[in-house]
Amino acid sequence: MTNETVIKTEDLTKRFGDFTAVKKISFEVKRGEIFGFLGANGAGKTTAMKMLIGILKPTSGNAKIAGFDIYNQTEQIKKNIGYMSQKFSLYEDLTIMENVQLFAGIYGLSDDEIKQRSSELIHKLNLQNQADKLVESLPLGWKQKLAFSLAIIHNPRIVFLDEPTSGVDPITRRQFWNMIYEAASNGITVFVTTHYMDEAEYCNRITILVDGVIKALDSPAALKEKYNTSSIEDVFVLLARGAKRND
Amino acid sequence: MSAVEIKNIVKKYSTKKTSVTAVDNISFTAERGELFGLIGPDGAGKSTIFRILTTLLLPDSGSAALLDYDIIKDWKEIRNIVGYMPGRFSLYKDLTVEENLEFFATVFNTTIKENYELIEEIYKQLEPFKNRRAGKLSGGMKQKLALCCALIHKPKILFLDEPTTGVDPVSRKEFWEILKRLKTRGISILVSTPYMDEAKLCDRIALIQKGKILEINPPKNIISKFERNLFAVHSPEMFKLLMDLRSYSKTETCFAFGENHHLVVNDSSISAVDVKKYLESAGHPKATVSNIEPTIEDCFMHLMSK
Amino acid sequence: MLVLFGMPVIQLIIFGFAITTEVRNAKIAVLDNSKDEITQLLINRIESTEYFQIERTINNSDQIESAFKSGKIKLAIVFQPNFQNELLHTNKAQIQILSDATDPNQATTLANYVSAVVMDYQNELMELNKIPLTIDTELRMLYNPQLKGAYTSVPGVMGLILLLVSAMMTSISVVREKEFGTMEILLVSPMKPWLVIISKAIPYFILSIVNVATILLLSTTLLDMPIHGSLFLLTLVTVLYILCALSLGLLISTITNSQLASMLISLVGLMLPVVMLSGYAFPIANMPDILQWIANLSPAKWYIIIIKNVMIKGVGPEGIWKETIVLAAMTAVFILISIKRFKIRL
Repeated sequence: MTNETVIKTEDLTKRFGDFTAVKKISFEVKRGEIFGFLGANGAGKTTAMKMLIGILKPTSGNAKIAGFDIYNQTEQIKKNIGYMSQKFSLYEDLTIMENVQLFAGIYGLSDDEIKQRSSELIHKLNLQNQADKLVESLPLGWKQKLAFSLAIIHNPRIVFLDEPTSGVDPITRRQFWNMIYEAASNGITVFVTTHYMDEAEYCNRITILVDGVIKALDSPAALKEKYNTSSIEDVFVLLARGAKRND
Repeated sequence: MSAVEIKNIVKKYSTKKTSVTAVDNISFTAERGELFGLIGPDGAGKSTIFRILTTLLLPDSGSAALLDYDIIKDWKEIRNIVGYMPGRFSLYKDLTVEENLEFFATVFNTTIKENYELIEEIYKQLEPFKNRRAGKLSGGMKQKLALCCALIHKPKILFLDEPTTGVDPVSRKEFWEILKRLKTRGISILVSTPYMDEAKLCDRIALIQKGKILEINPPKNIISKFERNLFAVHSPEMFKLLMDLRSYSKTETCFAFGENHHLVVNDSSISAVDVKKYLESAGHPKATVSNIEPTIEDCFMHLMSK
Repeated sequence: MLVLFGMPVIQLIIFGFAITTEVRNAKIAVLDNSKDEITQLLINRIESTEYFQIERTINNSDQIESAFKSGKIKLAIVFQPNFQNELLHTNKAQIQILSDATDPNQATTLANYVSAVVMDYQNELMELNKIPLTIDTELRMLYNPQLKGAYTSVPGVMGLILLLVSAMMTSISVVREKEFGTMEILLVSPMKPWLVIISKAIPYFILSIVNVATILLLSTTLLDMPIHGSLFLLTLVTVLYILCALSLGLLISTITNSQLASMLISLVGLMLPVVMLSGYAFPIANMPDILQWIANLSPAKWYIIIIKNVMIKGVGPEGIWKETIVLAAMTAVFILISIKRFKIRL
């Protein structure tokens, strides 16, 4: 982790009609930091994430992602971030190698780079023998690991992960987090949402979003101390129990 | 007579290119009034087992009975006595909360009034939104509505397929509290979940991985059967700690567990003091090591790597 | 993929070669009240064109009328008695051309062919004899003297709309339950599986009835289209057709699992054949045998024949029983296959 700021938001707000999905959220994320973004269903996580990756225009407030403005530099933002969600990650009817090459191409790597990085990636994941198998034949955990590797194949400044480990078995889940640590130690900032509260502990800092407002933002240890609880889950329940909103 | 009794069930899915054994020779029994959990990650075969038991799928081989009704022969009777909540949200999104409930009451030949006392407690939480379309509810609320719909005909056995997946911890807690109270009403409940921490809330659990049962027992027994020493290890540099612990000669497995790493050692004579000594020599002077009782997740991972 | 690449090729072939508005081998009747050399000559000339095929069995005006009603012939030629004598002595003779104008375009085309043959002969005679001769062709457009397009489009639209609403919408709405997962819950309920399906079909049945009523009302008031036959009979066969379409929709829903697939099957598998092969836009008689054979499989073809017969020709049950049996048989087959294919499980 360095002192360089890669995400900075100021009073970021999104309203849909008279409904305020995200209300004046402000925070900073440093380079190489693993930043956990927690919240109940409907707390505004997805909306906030969509604004940060430049696919949803905020109603008011500012944010800079990798130094680019989210209002008018969304194209540059997209070049400097990776994104992976639980729902969509890979093309199931293509082989592993085809997926790798396709995504490398989408991220605008040159032909030489595509060749070099895809063989690196396949080696790192130990998929040499399966490179020409269809992705649909892979177990879920492997798909998610592959999807993550692809999300960072172009060496982005920041990678956004939306519930990346949902439904994955406990061992693969931990292997996945090892990959996250490795990416972070290479200077990639990781912005991650999760429903597994133990995973919140692996983050450098976490925020807990309740009803579109940031209710807590600190390191897991500091939060547990502040609320005098033994786990992040208890902190979460304590803060989110008071939520009024249900959608 | 058991609520659920399944014997040697096998189910394969074949596509043109691959054949996957979703359920691989599984047998277990769930007693009446029991809260029985199927615990395992996606792809373990949980949903397939539920679909076979609710007569939606035919097994390739093996047999199963619910309250002595055979799942193949007596499918009509079974459909009268079970309540089923599928893994993905399966209500009418463009009907309101109330309309959905009324619709399913009609489908099950009953009325909301007739069994209202059973769902009253859950429905009260939904009441403020009763005129909202089901598609616009939050995750937790959707699950509660789906549960109401599955309960409306007072089923004898309730099948809940991953009711808490993707639901936030607060709603999950509430949901499990509801299940506990339903159990006191004499309803047998089979629930599946990928969240290992929910296992301790069940009377008995089956740990499932890749279509096979790793272990069936009450959670306590599973934990007490864990035959190795387990340590929770903490230090300011967690990632380096993990690497160093993995290169420790006495380590069998080591995984991150929230704020600590859980270390399983291959030698029962190793104590917390021994581990601490090793870590000090490996450059972790501030490391803390304590002997702990395993969680279900530790047990699952241990069984998985066997 | 096959659909995307195959469709244009098939359509090009069908439109380019197989389907034309040109009429060939139309069945006609000749009532020769004169039986002289000239009428024989004319009949031979008419028959030697590729357009006509003479039904020799029809020999009096009663037979002609019933042949028209049953759709056996499209056109009839009536020579006046003493044709040759009149022509040679008074320089004037009469031919009556009766054409089945339930399809106005076809009727006009056929009548024009006959007139042209007669005209050619008249000109030949004139040059030969150097005297002005006139063979009067009196044209009568049966059933539709004003040659209104509505007479073909209304039955066609009815055949199309009912099939689309009933078959496509039913299949989509059943498949939607599968897609949303609600089918799973409905199956695990005491509700009888077939009851679930029936209850999906009923709204579209009612909707179709309303559609028919609207079409009939509009066509009789706005388009001045008469209903010559019995309204009761018309309603009866229409209900049968709707049932047929609904069962076809159920059949589609048992073989597909996504709304998109059932929509594609309905559109490609139902709408195109109805438009191209039901005789609504292109005459069936001059398609290649294989297409005619395929056309027989489309319920719409039979329904459109029935509708035309009942509405325009005023035919009673005796004139449509064959087509009705075909429709009923199709319905039965569709329902049987659906029941066979319908799964009480996922």
